[in-house]
This record gives sequence, C-alpha cells and structure tokens, in this order.
Amino acid sequence: MTRTLSAPVTVAFDYTRSTGPVIGRFLTGLRDGQIVGGRTSEGKVVVPPPEFDPVTHEAITDFVDVAPVGTVTSWTWVPEPVKDQPFDRPFAFALIQLDGADVPMLHALDVASPDEVSTGMRVQVRWRAERVGAITDIEAFEPATDAGPTGVEALGTNPVTGVVVPVSLDYLYAASPEESAFYRGLNEGRILGQRCPTCQKVYVPPRSACPADGTPTAEEVEVSQTGTITTFCVVNVPFLGQKITPPYVSAYVLLDGADIAVLHLILGVPAAEVRMGMRVKAVWKPREEWTYSLENIDHFEPTGDPDAEYDTYKQHL
Amino acid sequence: MSKQPAAVVGVGQTHHRAKREDVSMAGLCREAMDRALADANMSLDDIDAIVVGKAPDLFEGVMMPELFLAEALGAAGKPLLRVHTAGSVGGSTAIVASSLVQAGVHKRVLTVAFEKQSESNAMWALSVPLPFNMPVHAGAGGYFAPHVRSYIRRSEAPTHVGAIVAAKDRQNALKNPYAHLKNPDTTVESVLASQMLWDPIRYDETCPSSDGACALVIVDEDTAAASPNPAWIHGTVMRSEATTAAERDQVNPQASRDAAAALWKQAGITSPIDEIDAAEIYVPFSWFEPMWLESLGFAEENGGGWRLSESGATAMDGRMPVNCSGGVLSSNPIGASGMLRFGEAALQVRGAAGEHQVDGARKALGHAYGGGSQFFAMWVVGSEKPTN
Ligand SMILES: [Zn+2]
Repeated sequence: MTRTLSAPVTVAFDYTRSTGPVIGRFLTGLRDGQIVGGRTSEGKVVVPPPEFDPVTHEAITDFVDVAPVGTVTSWTWVPEPVKDQPFDRPFAFALIQLDGADVPMLHALDVASPDEVSTGMRVQVRWRAERVGAITDIEAFEPATDAGPTGVEALGTNPVTGVVVPVSLDYLYAASPEESAFYRGLNEGRILGQRCPTCQKVYVPPRSACPADGTPTAEEVEVSQTGTITTFCVVNVPFLGQKITPPYVSAYVLLDGADIAVLHLILGVPAAEVRMGMRVKAVWKPREEWTYSLENIDHFEPTGDPDAEYDTYKQHL
Repeated sequence: MSKQPAAVVGVGQTHHRAKREDVSMAGLCREAMDRALADANMSLDDIDAIVVGKAPDLFEGVMMPELFLAEALGAAGKPLLRVHTAGSVGGSTAIVASSLVQAGVHKRVLTVAFEKQSESNAMWALSVPLPFNMPVHAGAGGYFAPHVRSYIRRSEAPTHVGAIVAAKDRQNALKNPYAHLKNPDTTVESVLASQMLWDPIRYDETCPSSDGACALVIVDEDTAAASPNPAWIHGTVMRSEATTAAERDQVNPQASRDAAAALWKQAGITSPIDEIDAAEIYVPFSWFEPMWLESLGFAEENGGGWRLSESGATAMDGRMPVNCSGGVLSSNPIGASGMLRFGEAALQVRGAAGEHQVDGARKALGHAYGGGSQFFAMWVVGSEKPTN
C-alpha cells in the first residue's frame, strides 16, 4: 500500500485575449493571407510586429507587408512531436527571415527528414484554408518552389481584436501522508485529526506541522461527528464549475474535540434558520458510495440540541 | 545606515472597465505607465528599474507574464522584478519599488500593477475543486462572507452598515474619472434591496470585476527636488500569517494589527484618526471598512468601526475620509487594486486628487490585503519630508 493518496485534477479554461491594435493587425493579416511586419524607429522591419518600439518605447504604428517567402537562418529537428505541436510527424522548427523583414520569425518547416533542411535554404508559406486570425493560419513553411506559394483570398472585413486560448493543465494531486490518513479514516467512517505536541491543539484535517508553532504532528486523535457551527454563509450565486446547486449553506463546523473548524455543507434545515452556535452532526453517504474523501460525509444537519453558548466558540471566529 | 528618503512623483492609472478589449495586457500597463511618467515629467529612459505586480497567474492564464511583458514595459537593459502576494500585491509591489530607492540601490524606479480580469473568470479561478475535498468553496465572496458574519456578531453591528459604506463609495466614484462603476442612483436603500449573493453580503456590497492598471514613479531625494508636489514616504510595512491555524482571529488578524502598529510607529503617528487626513483602505466587500478601521487602530475594537462608518465620519466631508476615490468597491482590477490605494493616497497629499481631493490633506494611508486575510501591505505618505 502506498503511503499517500493521489488523484488526477484538470484545470482548464478558455482564456480570451484582447490583442490590442498591433498584434491585432498582424493576426488580421494572417486571416487575410498577408504577413504584416512593423517598422521600428531604427527602420528595421520586425515580424510579428512588436507592440512598442524597443528604442523609443512608443507604440508601433508603421506596418509593412512582407513576402511569404524567406530564408532559414537556423533550425532544430523535432523527431518526436508532442501533443499540440504543429504536426504529429517529425518536422523542423525554423527561424525564417522573410523577404522584406530584418529579423527572423519562428515557425514550423514541413519536411520529411533533417537531411532536407539547411541554413540558408529558401522556404515559402503554406496557408491554411480555414483561417481565423491566429499564428496557425500559416499551416507551415515548405521548401520554396518555382511557382511560389499559393495565394489566398481575404476571409473577413472586421479587424481581429481578440483570440480564444484554451488552456488545460493535467495535474496529479497528491495528499500529504497526514491528509492521506485522514481520508483513509473517512473511508472507515471515522474523522481523524492530530494533536500538536507543543500547543496541544487538535487539527482536523491533520497538517504535517502545526501552522502556529511549526512542530511536526504525530499523535492521532479521533474527533466527534457532532459539532458546532461557528460561522457560515448562504451561497446564492451560481458560477462556472460549481458542484452544488445554490442556494446552499457553507459553514465552518467545529467538531467536538477539534480546535479548528472544517468547511462543509448544511442541509436538513431551511437556510434562513441556520444559526451561529447551532449544533450539527455528520450525515454520511451510503457506505457503498464511500471513497477517500470528505465528500463521504454528505452534509451536516441539526442535532436538535440547544445552541452552543457564544463564549464556547467565539475564539474560533 | 538609515533609509534614504523616497517620494512618489508620478501616479498613473487606466480607465477601469469590466472589459478593456481595446488593449492587450502590455497596452493596459503602458496606459498607466505613460500617465505616471507624464505626471513625473519623465520618460522610460530616465528609469533605473521596473517592478511589476499582479495577482494569481490563473486570473489570465499566463504564467510569469513579466517574461513576455519585459520589452513593452521598457525593461530591456534594466532590472525587472515581479512581486506576488495575491490581492495585496499592488501594495507590496509599491513597497518593494520604494525599498529599492530607500536602500540607495536605484534613484528612479517605475512600478506597475495590473489585472485583465476579462480574460478569465476570477470566481472560477478561486474555486477550482480539489480531489478529496468538499467542493463548498464559492470564490472570494464565499470565503469572506462567514468572517463578515462573525464581525457583525462580535461587534453587534446593525446590518445596514455595509450598505452605508457601499453607497458612500459608489457616490465617491462619481468624482473619480477613472472609476469603473458609475451608478449615480446608488443609495443605502438600493444597496439593501440588491440581491443577497453570499448572505450576509449583498450584490451591491461587493466589488466589480475590472480590467485596469496603476503605475507609480518613486524617486530619491535629489530627483524629488524637481517635483512641485512629491508625496514623501513616511512608512511602509508588510506582514503575513498562516491562512488557517487553530483559534486564528479571522476578523482582526494578528498580522494586520502588527502591521498597523509598526506602520504608525515608523510614521511617528500616535493617533491615526487625528493625524491621517485621508485613507485608502482595501475594501472589496463593504463590511471590511469597519473591520479594517478597527484593525488599523482608527476605532475601538468590537464596534468602533461600524459606529464610525454609520456616523458618516468616513464620507469625503467626514472626520476620517475613507476611499474618496470610490475604492475597491468601485474599481477592482485585482492586481492593481492595492497600488491604486497607495497611488490615491499619494494623490491626496500631493493635492492632485481632483474632484475627490480632501482639502489640505497632508498625511494619507494606503492599504491592501490579500489571500485569506493573510497578506498585508500599507504605507503612509505625506506632503512634508519625514523628519525621523
Ligand atoms: Zn502547535
């Protein structure tokens, strides 16, 4: 048995980028089959255009069309492409100085083997048919032909002002050894904490060290399944990624025997009747649904006992 | 060796909006920077170092944005630092920039903080469910609402005080040409009638989600001599603490009280309410005005804060004007919000706050907090050079 528990978690969002006038001009050009550079105060043509001049720091406003043909100034071979690279077969990344530009730009060069690439070779653009205003509107560069690149028609009339950038990160979320013991306890229907040997406070879930004094914690303590609501809020607002349908009561529950409250869901009582000091007990999901999670406790509900006195929990606010 | 005097001689900010789709991140920063440099009568060539701040990377989905921004920020060939302390970052970024001058490392430092919230969704970014845990988190409002409830219980505050603060800040925002929210019809009654989002926090008691940036030019004594109205830095403090600890005071955190005590000592202030003429306090949810007034020592604990807010003392014409700019409640580009508090404090003592100027302001507080009330950054600026 491994000492710690882990589980996959994906953090994903489609970010929207405002391009601003300079990058927007470049992307509008790509959509319409034109490569646009910016002329700097020193007279150099840079592709893609920088937003601000490297010398004067003024916004770049002088735009120049450059050729869809250029020269490789350096390159590297990609023998084993990874996800989201331009091709799923081997290809080259190349620095390509387009005719009319003074510095090279980076893009993919579509050739079958590194023997077909050399510094100084002439290459040309291969446009994608469906162009949206993105650097991938250039499918790749390819060795120059006598006929030159195939020209394409403009695809829009409005300037490109924004792009959508989907980001998706896959993590393996690892619980600490102490948290793992806590989650294993939940898998057995128990709520486990640890007592700090220095300040004697009982932490649920257990930390690896006491946050107040830094002492490593070791002594395991099983706490009660009954406790007191110290404070709470009623969540009425829906939001992206929300797992529980609002309205719901999100409450800090100070379990008897613990010195820190856990955040959990309150049900079995109208939201408007939830009170600070209310006594509540854990309501577990059916045993066959248990995993290694605080979600094994479906929610907390009132015990019906009299409320705890304010003085008994006010130091936990 | 003691600290060298340092002063703010340039303040710039963007027009804050829900979506600034007309500019990129670099363009947003430059809009604030160019205004700060113009205010300071300088150009980027005069600047020795750049210090940039913004809140969590998940808010724009760009890891280490300082890398791609370096050239646009004019940092090529100069030191570029990035500061990150969640919501307080705008304040701590200004403090790091000022410390470079106070330490004698640089003479002219430009600092900029920004957030382009429209590129993401902060509610989502702050509520990503983690395996094994109970998915009850509900953004910043869901985090702070229980602690607001604790304050109301502890101080026995009447429940309309939050609405008084919200209405006051929204009215102040009408005097600030850069503010995001411009709702002339906001009243205590309209705030009380707005939807309860995270009970006890209502919709109109929360900050908006804004795109925006703020920039400051901070210089040494010799350079400041050329400025007609420098804002001298009288004290800077940062403190942090654990987000969760047994019996941690979440209403009035120890780090906040310690930071305030250290700040007043540095600035030679014994009675903040009498000696501070204007305060820009980080209030993303209206109840944090009375909470921080107590924590900062403007009022007695457990009730002095709400009594001050309720009495009208924190209005522009009150005894202790708070957030004359409209504050975070009226503009919240998160990463920039702390620097806006610091910059607005500087504008007040420079007599440059325009329509929201407090007459004759000589000393002002800029304040920011972040994380789960675990990071604090604050400064005092004055119209006179500090004597200590
Ligand atoms: Zn301890």
